[in-house]
Amino acid sequence: MGNLTPELSAIHEEVKELAHNYGLDTYDVIFELVDHDELNMIAAYGGFPTRYPHWRFGMEYEQLSKGYAYGLSKIYELVINNDPCYAYLMRSNSLTDQKLVMAHVYGHCDFFKNNYWFSKTNRKMMDAMANHGTRIRGYMDRHGVETVENFIDCVQSLDNLIDIHSPFIRRERKRERAEASEIPRLKAKDYMDRYINPPEFIARQKRIIEAELESESRFPSEPVKDVLKFLLEHAPLERWQQDVLAMLRNEAYYFAPQGMTKIMNEGWAVYWHSTMMTRHLLHAQEVVTYCDHHAGTLGTQPGQINPYKLGVELFRDIEERWDRGKFGLEFQRIEDETERRRYDKSLGLGREKIFEVRRIYNDVTFVDEFLTKDFAEDQKLFVYGYNQRTGQYEIMDRDYTKVKEQLLWSLTNFGQPRIYVVDANYMNRGELYLYHDWNGVDLQFALAAETLKNLHKLWSRPVHIETREEGKGRLMSYDGQEISFQELVPSKEAVAVGQEVDDE
Amino acid sequence: MVQKIDRDHTRFRDIVRGRIKRDLKKFVSSGEMIGKTGDKLVSIPIPSIQLPKFRFGRNPKGGVGQGEGEEGQPIEGEGEGEGQAGESPGQHILEVEIELEELAAILGEELELPNIEPKGKKMLDTKGGAWRGIRRSGPESLRHFKRTFREALKRQIMAGIYDPDNPCIIPIAADKRFKSRKEMLAPQANAVVIYMMDVSGSMGREQKEMVRIEAFWIDCWLRSQYKNLEVQYIVHDAVAHLVDQHTFFHLRESGGTKISSAYELCLKMMGERYPADEWNIYPLHFSDGDNWSARDTEYCIRLLKEQMLPSVNQFCYGQVKSAYGSGQFKKDLDTAFTGDERIVTSDILDREGILPSIKDFLGKGR
Repeated sequence: MGNLTPELSAIHEEVKELAHNYGLDTYDVIFELVDHDELNMIAAYGGFPTRYPHWRFGMEYEQLSKGYAYGLSKIYELVINNDPCYAYLMRSNSLTDQKLVMAHVYGHCDFFKNNYWFSKTNRKMMDAMANHGTRIRGYMDRHGVETVENFIDCVQSLDNLIDIHSPFIRRERKRERAEASEIPRLKAKDYMDRYINPPEFIARQKRIIEAELESESRFPSEPVKDVLKFLLEHAPLERWQQDVLAMLRNEAYYFAPQGMTKIMNEGWAVYWHSTMMTRHLLHAQEVVTYCDHHAGTLGTQPGQINPYKLGVELFRDIEERWDRGKFGLEFQRIEDETERRRYDKSLGLGREKIFEVRRIYNDVTFVDEFLTKDFAEDQKLFVYGYNQRTGQYEIMDRDYTKVKEQLLWSLTNFGQPRIYVVDANYMNRGELYLYHDWNGVDLQFALAAETLKNLHKLWSRPVHIETREEGKGRLMSYDGQEISFQELVPSKEAVAVGQEVDDE
Repeated sequence: MVQKIDRDHTRFRDIVRGRIKRDLKKFVSSGEMIGKTGDKLVSIPIPSIQLPKFRFGRNPKGGVGQGEGEEGQPIEGEGEGEGQAGESPGQHILEVEIELEELAAILGEELELPNIEPKGKKMLDTKGGAWRGIRRSGPESLRHFKRTFREALKRQIMAGIYDPDNPCIIPIAADKRFKSRKEMLAPQANAVVIYMMDVSGSMGREQKEMVRIEAFWIDCWLRSQYKNLEVQYIVHDAVAHLVDQHTFFHLRESGGTKISSAYELCLKMMGERYPADEWNIYPLHFSDGDNWSARDTEYCIRLLKEQMLPSVNQFCYGQVKSAYGSGQFKKDLDTAFTGDERIVTSDILDREGILPSIKDFLGKGR
């Protein structure tokens, strides 16, 4: 398999052996040599040349081709989470670049195979995508390209409304039903009852039970974050539409872990390409080219976080800390700066630790756990914000807790707003009511209105979304004719319910 | 090789075309694409083509960055968020490039513009060339196999060495024939657009912007009709000057208005450089309708009637509404030339009026 030249095949063998000696554990990796046009095409299809037809891929392709033609962008590597793992090499790249890309790909491939968040992804996605393509083409033949394409447009505009944790949890478990009439009291003698079961306690219990009863009378009984699944099960769709929706949802779940682990995944791949290149693969005459391209990958701009850079620096920091034993209570108690810096117990646990980290963390937990004060200072991280007065973005703060908070915020739910179905029978008229768990940043209302229209095409009854605008409650509705707004008191109940879901 | 992506790409281009057509009026009146015109391509922002999603708007809290700098120092490359999804993509408006020719076609379809029948003598013009000739010498890569074979066959038959039972043809150097390029002559019509604009004090920024937008679209259409289109610009207040494009759209004068000055200059130029029997001439005049005096207006009408109209394809007068203009000039023209097909007048009240006015000017197919 693959179509590598003998020279590249030899390099591949070398990289493979190195990777496995270092303990990287991968599926078979198959490299395909393609020219830039093919690579742009494959990238436009998200890495799957066999994907279903849709104009959006044509748009991606145009943008990629233009970027390449004007010299603005160039795709170096493209690797598919699949067994075997497919990766593409650009024919016109220099040999040094090909080595770099191969080593990088082995890093990704190890990550795909071993990171927990990828454990539920379909490892035969190449085949699944081809099947999806065949089926969708079949539907296009039967129902018309335009019809199917319009439906796909609607689904794609909702495909960020999934629950990234859903593959890992069992859903829709039944709860024990509590009787409303009887509020459970703690056993107490008469004279103590007032203290053991104080009235506030009883009142709270009563509210909880009532809320539970109330929620059971609602449909869905709990807010549903997997909006696509809810639509799949409850929207009035035709068979082919259900099938298309199911396929696209499937693809959305396949891609989700890549969004959740961008920093780690890239960091890990960079860690390995730099290790393998600098210690083994580079020839003397290639050093400058390699450094140039490596630096290009890791370059940062003031207003941006480069996931490659942040990821690899974090991995290196972890490795160093565990090598020197800079963790645990004893180390944390040291306040003196120089002593902290000099601390070294020569434990040599670094390599082992980073392998463990790549197995069980995702970007959120990775940053939360390992972004330390020292690290934030060394890396010169800062929070920036918009200054109303000067009308530009400015550096606001270098305090590491703020940096961390902001970074975590943007990584949560892979940067997408959290939206739940809370009522599918709103006003008792079968209208769909979504709730946006507002966390400080507004939705883009113009886009939200258009999205609501697409949602209406699937639900076919009026649809609503509750959100906030600068903290004030808003209900945006679409009844098939026009978008309307309504002011709302932010519903506390929905907030409480939303948080309950988060806490689980 | 036909690639799978070609189909999706074509679908995408079709959709873009559809969107442009649908929103043509909006594009025309906003004029935002004109700043992004290249030689052959225009870049058009099409926000509506992106799939809408529930996503975050501008984050007042900002984001995280990396690098040197004091607190309060502005950062460059503002506001791209973390490069992660979530913050940035919504602010990015998709720009699609489209060829001017295609844009003209869309304009034509939408306004139902007739093709122009060029008048006057057809000029012959060289048009590239084609591999249609045959030569006796040339590089091997251009060897014409059939002709060479035929020559060799002829020679062998004449020389009597051809044996039908053993038809072995061996060309020698003299048999070889090569493809060659021949220049082609194609009929070609020349055209010139002469823009004239009143730049007196009463024509404000907005009026000029409207003229600019209208001129862009008229250019665009005429370019699709004529391969060689020359454009000339004349500004006038009380006197007229020949200027370049930039000056034309940005110059602001005060002073009075003597329209005849522009017409005189235009006629002078036509006489010197654009003889009517070789050129398709399109003088376009924009003003807010004020003229110095009724006597000058009479003179203008005489110039038009006696000299201008006989030699041009069509004379267009666009009257842009301004706060000061009386609009008298258009009335005078309309009265003087009722029923004359060679002159078209049009009112441009506001930006919305640009598209209908283009239709007025180009709808005659002259």
